[in-house]
Amino acid sequence: MTHPLVTPAGPPRVWDEQQDREALARTWHDPEGFLGWFYATTHQAIGKRYILTAFLFLLAGGVEALLMRIQLARPENHFLGPDRYNQIFTMHGTTMMFLFAVPVMEGMAVYLVPLMLGTRNVAFPRLNAFGYWMYVMGGIFLYANAATGAMPDAGWFAYTPLSGPQYSFGKGVDAWAQMITFTEISALCVAVEIAVTTFRLRAPGMSLNRIPLYCWSMLIQSFMVIFAMPAVMVASTVMLLNDRTIGTHFVNPAEGGDPILYQHVFWFFGHPEVYIIFLPALGFISAIVEANTKREVFGYPALVLSQVATGFIAFGLWVHHMFATGLPQIGEAYFTAASMMIAVTTGIQIFCWLATLWSGKVRMTAAMHFVFGFLFIFVMGGLTGVMLASIPLDLQSHDTYFVVAHFHYVLIGGALFPLFGAFHHWFPKITGRMIGERLGKLSFWLLFIGFNTTFFPMHILGLNGMTRRIYTYPASLGWASGNMIATVGAMIIALGGVVFIVNAIASLRSSVSAAPNPWNAPSLEWSVESPPPDWGFTYQPVVSSRSPLWADPALRTVVTGMRNDRREIMVTGVAEAEPQFRTVLPAASLWPFLAALGISIGFTGSIFAFSWYYVGAFLGALGMIGWFWPRPPKEIEP
Amino acid sequence: MMPGPQSSLDAAGSAARVTGHLLWLFVIPLAIIFVIVVAIAVVAIFRKHRESGRPAVETERGLTRMVTGASVLTCVILLGLIAVSVSTGKAISDRAMPRNALTIEVTGNQWWWSVRYLNDDASLIVTTANEIHVPVGRPILIRGVSADVIHSFWVPGLIGKRDLIPSRVTTEWFTAEREGNYRGQCAEFCGLQHAHMAMWVVAESPARFQAWMNAQLGDSANPVTPAEQQGQKVFLEHACALCHTIRGTTANGQVAPDLTHLASRLTIAAGTLPNNRGNLAGWITDPQSIKPGNHMATVPLAAEDLHPLLDYLGSLR
Repeated sequence: MTHPLVTPAGPPRVWDEQQDREALARTWHDPEGFLGWFYATTHQAIGKRYILTAFLFLLAGGVEALLMRIQLARPENHFLGPDRYNQIFTMHGTTMMFLFAVPVMEGMAVYLVPLMLGTRNVAFPRLNAFGYWMYVMGGIFLYANAATGAMPDAGWFAYTPLSGPQYSFGKGVDAWAQMITFTEISALCVAVEIAVTTFRLRAPGMSLNRIPLYCWSMLIQSFMVIFAMPAVMVASTVMLLNDRTIGTHFVNPAEGGDPILYQHVFWFFGHPEVYIIFLPALGFISAIVEANTKREVFGYPALVLSQVATGFIAFGLWVHHMFATGLPQIGEAYFTAASMMIAVTTGIQIFCWLATLWSGKVRMTAAMHFVFGFLFIFVMGGLTGVMLASIPLDLQSHDTYFVVAHFHYVLIGGALFPLFGAFHHWFPKITGRMIGERLGKLSFWLLFIGFNTTFFPMHILGLNGMTRRIYTYPASLGWASGNMIATVGAMIIALGGVVFIVNAIASLRSSVSAAPNPWNAPSLEWSVESPPPDWGFTYQPVVSSRSPLWADPALRTVVTGMRNDRREIMVTGVAEAEPQFRTVLPAASLWPFLAALGISIGFTGSIFAFSWYYVGAFLGALGMIGWFWPRPPKEIEP
Repeated sequence: MMPGPQSSLDAAGSAARVTGHLLWLFVIPLAIIFVIVVAIAVVAIFRKHRESGRPAVETERGLTRMVTGASVLTCVILLGLIAVSVSTGKAISDRAMPRNALTIEVTGNQWWWSVRYLNDDASLIVTTANEIHVPVGRPILIRGVSADVIHSFWVPGLIGKRDLIPSRVTTEWFTAEREGNYRGQCAEFCGLQHAHMAMWVVAESPARFQAWMNAQLGDSANPVTPAEQQGQKVFLEHACALCHTIRGTTANGQVAPDLTHLASRLTIAAGTLPNNRGNLAGWITDPQSIKPGNHMATVPLAAEDLHPLLDYLGSLR
């Protein structure tokens, strides 16, 4: 196959695509074999690993949820004791927030963003690999501790002084606090990757107003990560862990510390965290809706600006998690208004999607089913969120099952349903196989019905006084039937999950291979074959539209002159994406893995003795020296 | 799923009542919005598109108008909700508290509530545990403190939550408007037995409240029968007296509920069990199987000691 080169002067040149692909394959292919697996730095390999690992943690968190639902099915049940139950709800929240929701969104972005932007890899491939290894090791660290008996039991928020040295014995809470360091380092790595990639590696011509909406979501999310994640590391590692292990006095009231300070710092992270999980999901919605309504999403500027505003406002409402602590009233009124204001920016986005659906021709793929599930569930969760922003209502519903219902509506409806939709939407691209639509829709209906059966009754349970985090309850309070319904719903969700997994595995094994663009979607990742080659684009496209594949399905304008014998990429300008210079990405390397391993050894030891930090610093430094060891550059042709 | 004794939907306190009204002020418009959004989405799926309709530009303009209108409407509705919410918040805030309030200090402990009726005259301070009596019609100021971790005071039928935080004092107030027994429960996760940290608030007429108050002010009843006397001896000579106080005796422990008028209470073990002889026997013999992990020690008692002890505790009205 040949490509004509568009040049201002002279006749079109032809070149041999096959030869170029072979050269690129030699340059971009990660080493083979068991050891080679640890060398990988292509964004597709790392992205897939993120997604798969996160789904394994979703499975673990889901099993934990089922155990809780079994315990609560009947009043005065003896399935789990208080110690086990407290450990399991702590592990459930921790797993879902830190080991599933954020990493899976990061993994999707690591995979999709470079392809959508029309570049060959993320900006810092080794940092990307390092981030993944830190995440995996953090997850293993937490679960290995749990398996050996050091299971945290102070909740995923670990309020002091309950989580402090006087009330939480053993190493469980220490493991929890240090796991956060692992995963937040990983999140920060990805955030830097995505921000720099989006700003500087876009295909020529993809000016800011042509970036796919999903990439905008990820860009905003990345900035939120950069501002929010350090806060939780300050809370968990600097304050809580040091209070526990070396006796500092940050948040331990017995030593003059302030437990409310911990809450402020934790929620300064904790509230943006919700939007960190949720913004990528909004990006999925835009992409899926666009592909399945055959029109550009209505209100591109409004959507982008709403998300930017969400990114800012999200940092101004953490106090609504602390209304019951009795803060000054004037401040509370401010946080009420801020919490409700975020409903405006979210509302605008919902209206834009509704306008898109209304004016477009809707094609009901399995992915679109999840989009409609999102609209139903998330809107209800958002509206109960408006209720919780009201201080008097919050004082009644805070820490009850009303809140449990609310945030599962927001997080499952607002993030998990879009994610599952994205899974069905991009499955052909990532695996090269079409996903089973019929089973996909079946899993949707099971999940949708199961979800509402589980969580809707919890609104009523909460208003009827059922508090959170209780391992049992007496029969006399009228909570038994609601809990039984919720447990039945949880079983239906589990069934939906099984169908989802069966469908994924069966589709992987099926022989129906996917075309490059099965949905006729407009963004660049659909221009390459499924699955994409390691180098993404053999010839980087030049973009002149917000929907490049609809404007020119053949993408005839491409960049030439990139070298094939080293991992070369084009760097473009922030605003207009005009080509600026070529740069070379580092080759595959074992060092990011070794550096992550060294640092992990230090972090693991640190919950036993502070001196292990020195070990970690030393080993990590060794890893970094190897990582950055200069190599003679391949000579540059004139 | 009907409202039980711990429901916020069956309000009998000033704060809970206005909050209950506010709930409906929110729920009704929000439910309407929800129905409209879902309806638009569903219709969009099945809507038939006219092939030769209006030009695309005009359609886009119409959509812009609709989206802008909906966004403005959202702002207006939210402003209205903020206004009613803030005004309700003011009505239940500490500043709005009438004078002549009765101040009750509630101390959160893992996993029970210590209750003191404060008074400038120290001899009129009443101490009890896990049960709060309040007169109907008089404002009650809850002064919240904690002895260990963070707890949260919550009686849904009467008043919303206020955290009890070590090293701080928090306050909230309400007026009970209807007689009755209202269950409350700790709302902030406080460790192993968070689930079994409940209490009852008994709202009664001022006269009955005063009678209760007078009874609580007194020392414990002296044992009358030989069995009761034997039981008191058992209590004082075993570990019980190290943790519990029974005023009028040498039992002066400060780390566990005051038992001076134990027999007058509705429940034992912080709302875990109804207060009767059988439950009390079970609780004393094996507190760890009823409330695993709680801080009450299992005190080995000879069989012949248990019944006199129960007789004695049963006499502490």
